[in-house]
Amino acid sequence: MDNCTTANTSVDLTKVKPYGDTMNDGQVEMAFTLPVPYGDEATEAARQLVKKMGCDEPSVVYSHDMGGGYTFFVVYGKCQHTIDYSNIHVAKVESDIMERDECGQYIEDNIKRDVIIVGATTGFDAHTVGIDAIINMKGFHGHFGLERFKNVVSLNMGSQVPNEELIAKAKEINADAILVSQTVTQKDIHIQNLTEMAELMEAEGLRDKMLLLCGGPRVSHELAQELGYDAGFGTHTYAEHVCSYIITEIVKRGRV
Amino acid sequence: MKSKLNLDPKVVDSARNSAAHIASSMQDFIDRHTTVSTERTILRLLGIDGVDDVETPLPNVVVDQIKEAGGLPRGVAYWIGNAIVQTGLTPQEIAEKMSSGGLEITKLETGSTKDAEAAIMPAIEESLNEINKEKNARAEYLERLGESKQPYCYVIVATGNIYEDVIQAQAAGRQGADIIAVIRTTAQSLLDYVPYGPTTEGFGGTYATQENFRIMREALDETGEEVGRYIRLCNYSSGLCMAEIAAMGALERLDVLLNDALYGILFRDINMQRTLIDQYFSRIIIGYCDIIFNSGEDNYLTTDDAYESAHTVLASQLINEQFAVVANIKDWQMGLGHAFEMEPSMENGFLYELSQAIMAREIFPNASLKYMPPTKYMTGNIFKGHVQDALFNLIAVWSGQSLQLLGMLTEAIHTPHMHDRYLSIENAKYIFNNARDIGSEVTFKEDGIIQKRAQFVLSEADKLLADIAEEGLFSTIEKGKFAGIKRPYEGGKGLEGVCLKDDYYFNPFITLMLGGAK
Ligand code: B12
Repeated sequence: MDNCTTANTSVDLTKVKPYGDTMNDGQVEMAFTLPVPYGDEATEAARQLVKKMGCDEPSVVYSHDMGGGYTFFVVYGKCQHTIDYSNIHVAKVESDIMERDECGQYIEDNIKRDVIIVGATTGFDAHTVGIDAIINMKGFHGHFGLERFKNVVSLNMGSQVPNEELIAKAKEINADAILVSQTVTQKDIHIQNLTEMAELMEAEGLRDKMLLLCGGPRVSHELAQELGYDAGFGTHTYAEHVCSYIITEIVKRGRV
Repeated sequence: MKSKLNLDPKVVDSARNSAAHIASSMQDFIDRHTTVSTERTILRLLGIDGVDDVETPLPNVVVDQIKEAGGLPRGVAYWIGNAIVQTGLTPQEIAEKMSSGGLEITKLETGSTKDAEAAIMPAIEESLNEINKEKNARAEYLERLGESKQPYCYVIVATGNIYEDVIQAQAAGRQGADIIAVIRTTAQSLLDYVPYGPTTEGFGGTYATQENFRIMREALDETGEEVGRYIRLCNYSSGLCMAEIAAMGALERLDVLLNDALYGILFRDINMQRTLIDQYFSRIIIGYCDIIFNSGEDNYLTTDDAYESAHTVLASQLINEQFAVVANIKDWQMGLGHAFEMEPSMENGFLYELSQAIMAREIFPNASLKYMPPTKYMTGNIFKGHVQDALFNLIAVWSGQSLQLLGMLTEAIHTPHMHDRYLSIENAKYIFNNARDIGSEVTFKEDGIIQKRAQFVLSEADKLLADIAEEGLFSTIEKGKFAGIKRPYEGGKGLEGVCLKDDYYFNPFITLMLGGAK
């Protein structure tokens, strides 16, 4: 009975699997629809599918007839795959995050001129709340935007801005960094749009003059780098993250 | 009916009077102008349809040629009427001939306005007949198949492919949806033409084309028969083609149409002059053909704070109501919008939302209020999201909302999947049924949080409306009083399509439709 008085909390980090209420029980829950008519065969199909996904003891706990030959399922299973957590590598924007005041001071000490930043939501995307959160005075969640940063001059061009216009503006004001925001991701429209922007920058010979950053709820640093951007930012980004990155890069790249 | 919120009817009247003043003071400006898309609407209603060999819609071809020749101030009704007199062709034949380069309509001999008007009358009557046929068909369906109790369950489809949309829409109909909205593709509100034919490629939505409307209408009628309930169809018209889309909706029996100039100005950067002129004609069409229009106040709360700016929603609803009155829209056709968008962590947030929703119902007792779900504070936590939607549904049945745009647990992630719609319909039906009569059972504490909040929001709206009435709507928008967004009078998209009418201008549809022509 000894082993009943303590729980097994020791994790083998080289073989991690989901946790329900007992270490390594592998418990996962899933919900999905299959394009097959409701009935016993549908349930069996869902069960077999989850088994193929690598779950033992798949159990269809709920199914519902969606009409027109579609069935919805909730399925439990015990995942058999494991992950070597000790060997995980994630691409992250590498810069120490400075607070707003520290950013201002850093610019004064190391760059000794105003840092110029222009941003927009490009293409036909009309979502501005994300880019506003980074640039506008008001900021987001109590974190002020770039407009409140000392020694930073920023311009928010709004939404639905063609890539060409954003680049033209960046050239005109001699920007240090361009911020591109993308929210609509259906059919990968953001990838198309971001790629076109990066290519235009390349064609204009601006890639080694200006930093190119993108952001949005479905943007990661890894994705950004794949598309030829210097950095990418997802949810929970604040102006100080973006500013810290930009100003340390300016110094690192000797563009002071 | 006694106000549960103890609202002062004098304040309501004062706010409404200011709104009426705002709407009527805009009318003078609107009456003096027309736009390219208003003119294209007349052509569509005259039966001109199709595209040329580079996919330009014929209504655009005709208006562009007339505009280029400097003839737009006279209006297309005159030019087409005159061309009928001079050539004996039908409006469609005239358009085709203009498109192939065989006719310069402004170079024809010009007759009197009276003759031109008489010449297009048969085409106009035919068009009104078509619209009336659809009106009657709707009434017949509602009579024979019936409909659900309100709040109606309103869900969206947005696959980008009209045929895929049909599958999703029919499934939603079978799951209990009462209204299906086909969301438009991202770019459409900025297009100064309406694309043609069935379409299968869109981003975040599907093109609004007349053929797509027809395809979806047919599919919903089919499912309606199957489930024994009329299923309403909704689409979006705010943008550069407001009135054209309204006309298409009238011809293809849309039942609900998003139609709000202020939304276009603030959220799509459409020029304010342009869209207010277009809105007028589009609302006349809507009024005539028994469509319920939806206004977009809910959107203000995506860029502005729902608690702080609640009064701007009410103010805008009152303005939208008065713009609708001017266009002869009946009370029940007014789908004035508002939304459940307060920060979920706010203490007593539910009470404030309830207060706002009941206030809207008391101030607009006969409107088909459109209630929008939480969107801004929805996150990847779909489980919590489903609870947020449940609170929203409870308020809807409590306050007697009409059109309930169902919240989706996956709102923060993607446009809805088939089972998201099913889960949300189930959520709503459960709560509507379980709490059906809560509104008539519960009263509120005198001078309690709920009453006081509504009284405060109403008085703030009243003040704002008095300011706008004094300042004028255009300059209010320029100053960023709605949604915290500033738009310049001459800025935004579509200003080049605005045109001053000359003394001989006429648009027979306005007179006939406002007069309730049969
Ligand atoms: C508000 C909103 C709107 C408002 C936008 C108002 C405005 N002026 O922005 C309105 C009502 C206009 C709107 C319209 C539409 N919307 Co919308 N909208 C939303 C909503 C509810 C919230 C988005 C938001 O404001 N988030 C808050 C901000 C602060 O977060 P964020 O953008 O992620 O930004 C943060 C980070 O990502 C980052 N960041 C963002 N950009 C950048 C840029 C840089 C350089 C950096 C460094 C960082 C950074 O920093 C920010 C702060 O931390 C979401 C649903 C949701 N809950 O997410 C749907 C949503 C985004 N919308 C959606 C859609 C489809 C549309 C429409 C296309 C629908 C249609 N067909 O009409 C239209 C847009 C038309 C168009 N032309 O684009 C979908 C997108 C689906 C997808 N994945 O493709 C969503 C997910 C809703 C849904 N489930 O369908 N929408």
